[in-house]
Amino acid sequence: MRLTEKTEVLKERKDSVVTKSKGKRQTVACGMDSTAGTVSQRACVYCGARVVLNPITDAYHIVHGPVGCASYTWDIRGSLSSGSEIYRNSFSTDLREQDIIFGGEKKLAGAIDEIAQAYKPSVIFVYSTCVVGVIGDDIDSVCKDAQRKLNLRVIPVRSTGFAGNKSSGYRAACDAILELIGDAAPVQNRQGINFLGDFNLAAEQWIVRDYFKQIGVKMQTAITGDSTSEGLRCAIKASFNIVQCAGSMHHLARKMEEKYNIPYISVSFYGVEDTARSLRAIAIKTGNDKVIRKSEELIEKKSSETNKRLDFFREHLAGKKAAIYVGGGFKAISLMKQFADIGITAVIVGTQTGLEKEYEILHEIADNGTIILDDSNPFELEGFIREKQADILVGGVKERPLAYKLGVAFLDHNHERKHPLAGFEGALNFAQEAYNTINSPVWRLIRKDWRDT
Amino acid sequence: MLDHTPKRITNRSALVVNPAKTCQPVGAMYAALGIHGCLPHSHGSQGCCSYHRMHLARHFREPAMASTSSFTEGTAVFGGRSNLEESVKNIFAIYDPDVIAINTTCLSETIGDDISSIISDIEIPEGKHVIFSNTPSYQGSHITGFSNMVRAMVTSFAQGSARDDFINIIPGFIDPADMREIKRITSLMGIHFVMLPDASGVVDAPNTGRYEMYPKGGTRIEELIRAGNAKVTIAFGWFASAEGAYALERKCGVTPEIIQTPIGIEATDEFIMQLVRMTGKSVPNELEEERGRLVDIMTDTHFHFHGKKAAVFGDPDIVIPVTQYLLSLGMKPVHILTGTPGEYFVKKIKKMTDKAGLNSRVKAAGDLMELHQWIKNEPVDLIIGNTYGKYISKAENIPLIRIGFPILDRSVQTYLPITGYVGAMRIIEKISGVLLDRQDAEASDEDLELVM
Repeated sequence: MRLTEKTEVLKERKDSVVTKSKGKRQTVACGMDSTAGTVSQRACVYCGARVVLNPITDAYHIVHGPVGCASYTWDIRGSLSSGSEIYRNSFSTDLREQDIIFGGEKKLAGAIDEIAQAYKPSVIFVYSTCVVGVIGDDIDSVCKDAQRKLNLRVIPVRSTGFAGNKSSGYRAACDAILELIGDAAPVQNRQGINFLGDFNLAAEQWIVRDYFKQIGVKMQTAITGDSTSEGLRCAIKASFNIVQCAGSMHHLARKMEEKYNIPYISVSFYGVEDTARSLRAIAIKTGNDKVIRKSEELIEKKSSETNKRLDFFREHLAGKKAAIYVGGGFKAISLMKQFADIGITAVIVGTQTGLEKEYEILHEIADNGTIILDDSNPFELEGFIREKQADILVGGVKERPLAYKLGVAFLDHNHERKHPLAGFEGALNFAQEAYNTINSPVWRLIRKDWRDT
Repeated sequence: MLDHTPKRITNRSALVVNPAKTCQPVGAMYAALGIHGCLPHSHGSQGCCSYHRMHLARHFREPAMASTSSFTEGTAVFGGRSNLEESVKNIFAIYDPDVIAINTTCLSETIGDDISSIISDIEIPEGKHVIFSNTPSYQGSHITGFSNMVRAMVTSFAQGSARDDFINIIPGFIDPADMREIKRITSLMGIHFVMLPDASGVVDAPNTGRYEMYPKGGTRIEELIRAGNAKVTIAFGWFASAEGAYALERKCGVTPEIIQTPIGIEATDEFIMQLVRMTGKSVPNELEEERGRLVDIMTDTHFHFHGKKAAVFGDPDIVIPVTQYLLSLGMKPVHILTGTPGEYFVKKIKKMTDKAGLNSRVKAAGDLMELHQWIKNEPVDLIIGNTYGKYISKAENIPLIRIGFPILDRSVQTYLPITGYVGAMRIIEKISGVLLDRQDAEASDEDLELVM
């Protein structure tokens, strides 16, 4: 089907799909609602909130709604814990027809009671879902009552599915975190840093934590990878915040600056270049000469080690072409640089929820002819992958089988990644994974006649 | 570390912990994918569609396509009419399916969108179809959703009352390999049939290096229409398929025969005998020999599993025949649970386990926390269920055999059947394999046996 034709883009989506043209001022329309009827790769408000809060390891996450929302998000993030595993269970009110008619507040209160009786929860998050938003359950007051009655933290997450998009969910999650830390007493001697926007997928945060240790910087609290409710409350002790996944954490960083006077800087630990740059920025921000010296030593040592080992991959991957379709903008930017570092050109780059600023950067660093797109669908991705003859696609769950069907290699940069991709070690894993999948003998066994056309 | 389940069973009336079911729309979506050239459409928020596609993509390891009405706050207030109108227009313009199969969600159900009236106002291109089923997530389970979409196929398409020389088969919520196996058996008997839905060739489409949005498989529209002329409908399972068969009876007068999903020797016998009774065809030698080989395997290996205790959970139409099969292997299914509500499940299983002299715990609308508690109180040698059983398996150090939906952590199972005599052999291979592997792994050096 449509073998050699140019990929068709729906009229409504024309502004969200841009072919980079040097010297031309181009903008990618983003942040808009998806066109009804498309096979969007996007999710909902609840999804956004759930993925951000899920890594809080000792939290009881109650999904208030029919069972689906709870079952689809049961332990789907590979965010690792060094302590409690309770977050990997699925708690729900499993609303039934009667509850929809008569309201679900009583059931929710009952569910909170039942958790309090069976366990000793440190914090309970209560997520609102689509139907709860419509039947008008007042989860705020149920949570407040339960908190008073049971003497434990019960925090509502305002994540009604239709009330915005995934980004609104990130915001709802940030608000829930703010509510959790909100009542903590102010601290005098602040020290260490909070790491916002890392979720400890495949133990990535532990790699970065180790770098901090080596350069003499204390990681106060990670938000939210491998975090606990107590740890989160201590976040106000930090002297500054570093923000990685800006899409999800920008709101929290801004609020923490406003409320607790904790400034923030942006970082990314994906790729050698960004990792080095981020470590340097953090060291400088501490203003401590010893830390700065140590960070330079670490960067020097690790970069040269890593680069030496990356040379093999550069040699073998040079000239390959990548398609990138991920959730947020920061990751897309890092991935483009990271691919460039091993000789791979990004010919397609897109995100589900990238911000305008991030698209400007993507446009700036993209090669001429690269397709930049927001809120894409499989149809466009398929077309552009073929048109641009990409060798590898980076994405998540829904993109993987699409790539394989097209006979194109795939690298998971989402919840299901199996190896840490952060830091210097992660840069090597990234190259190794790209190398492995691109060089799998399986591609040779597929009849790939569209490439010959 | 993963074990947070207290042994003491307390009464829970509000809280579900670790569900053994999911919601209706994903079942409807899977059923719809079993129509050739069909794009399922989720009338609700984007998240629903995304989650269902993700779940299906993980289980089948295939691209699971579906579109969404992308509800916003405005939609929730003013209704989903304009979203659905726009969706249908866009879907035919961009994706060009033959059929759009709309499922509702808890949101669109609760705000009261009248899909039927919305569709009737939409201009549908010549030769194209739009069907829908109401699949509120707060009723039943994913199995109910599957059942509802099958019923919608019948009420939307089936026509006639000719009682021609063919049968309908409603396979239920089973993997494509099983649909293929059932077609193979029926064809071997020389029987003409329409299978609806038929996801084989859709969610297990061969890799050709091309992406086909609508792979070759799936029940054709002509077949769905023709289903009304069938002599009889065989429906596998009372939960996923019976409603579709009854709808065919109501609409076109096709006699419904509800039988178990043919998993295990007895259920497969029952299926084949039913085919014989309905069509007067005889059982071909090839099938008799298959059965003979299965019985041979059962005799060769019965001491591997005889008397072993098992816990079974999953979807009712699969769990019922699996339990029966375990009994015929001499095993003791002592804990049996489904997340789907329906007391018929309990009655059906109880009858079998009582007859076997077992005092088994049986529950419908249960969750996996409860199953785990049962196992803590009465340990078993084996757990049979979907991927979510792995937490219990790990916590209690009991092997898990993966049968059912979803299976997210193993592959190939959707390509190989568990139905029919061949499927029954595979189940024995799985059971024997894990039990003997366990024995080997735990044996001291002097106890390690070469011949088992």
